[in-house]
Amino acid sequence: MEMFLDYLWVFLVGGFVCMIGELLIITTNITSARILVTFVLVGVFLEAVGLFDYISDFAGAGINVPIIGFGASLAKGAISAVKSQGLLGIFTGGLTATAGGIAAAIIFAFIFALIFHSHTKK
Amino acid sequence: MDIKERNKAYNKYVSAKVPKTKPWPTLFNSFWVGGLICLIGQGINDLILFLAPNISEQSAWAYTLISLIFIASFLTGIGVYDKIGKFAGGGSIVPITGFSNSITSPSVEFKSEGIVYGICVKMFTIAGPVIVFGVISSAFVGLIYYIVYLFI
Repeated sequence: MEMFLDYLWVFLVGGFVCMIGELLIITTNITSARILVTFVLVGVFLEAVGLFDYISDFAGAGINVPIIGFGASLAKGAISAVKSQGLLGIFTGGLTATAGGIAAAIIFAFIFALIFHSHTKK
Repeated sequence: MDIKERNKAYNKYVSAKVPKTKPWPTLFNSFWVGGLICLIGQGINDLILFLAPNISEQSAWAYTLISLIFIASFLTGIGVYDKIGKFAGGGSIVPITGFSNSITSPSVEFKSEGIVYGICVKMFTIAGPVIVFGVISSAFVGLIYYIVYLFI
């Protein structure tokens, strides 16, 4: 039962975040690149003020899977690197924490671009 | 002045011709598709922690996101993700799968222009701004924390 509740929170929070994105698209007609940038900045902000971990505690993947989680781990990396390395951490922290995701996206995109051909829009 | 008026009339014509998307169904679709993608992510994360209980929570999330990026990249390659995107709108853009799609989709699309100028250049048309803004804002946050740590 408790596990079911956990998954329900994941679904509700994740769905809600995505719905806000869709609402932004409908009301302001902004492009998907701007949507992604906006949500990354929201994630950086939430982590910087310390709210992200509270949401992450009960929402789990509901807040980590949306690109907000990407922004939050950028900020989290920068903060912890500043703590351990000082000034250098400002430059190394963000990308170090998100290196896995960015590298994975680039590697898989390159491989699949070589394998598959474009599907012309009908 | 003449051109301005003509543009105005043209814009009016275009907005009359563009099909109106009904907001409520797409909002609902983006809600449940986005929620479902997050559920799949939670499922993968729980599975990883079950199979390898020793790894840290942070590494488990990294593996989860990499798995989702792989799945979305593959679905983009075979052309399925675009169909999900048409149906779910924001539900397919906002999760990390949308980030993956935004990198794979132009790579596949512009493959015909060559590996360097096609795949590698077009790869970052959408992801570029995301990474630039992400890095700059996180560096800014790091700077603020650095200054704060200097004084406490």
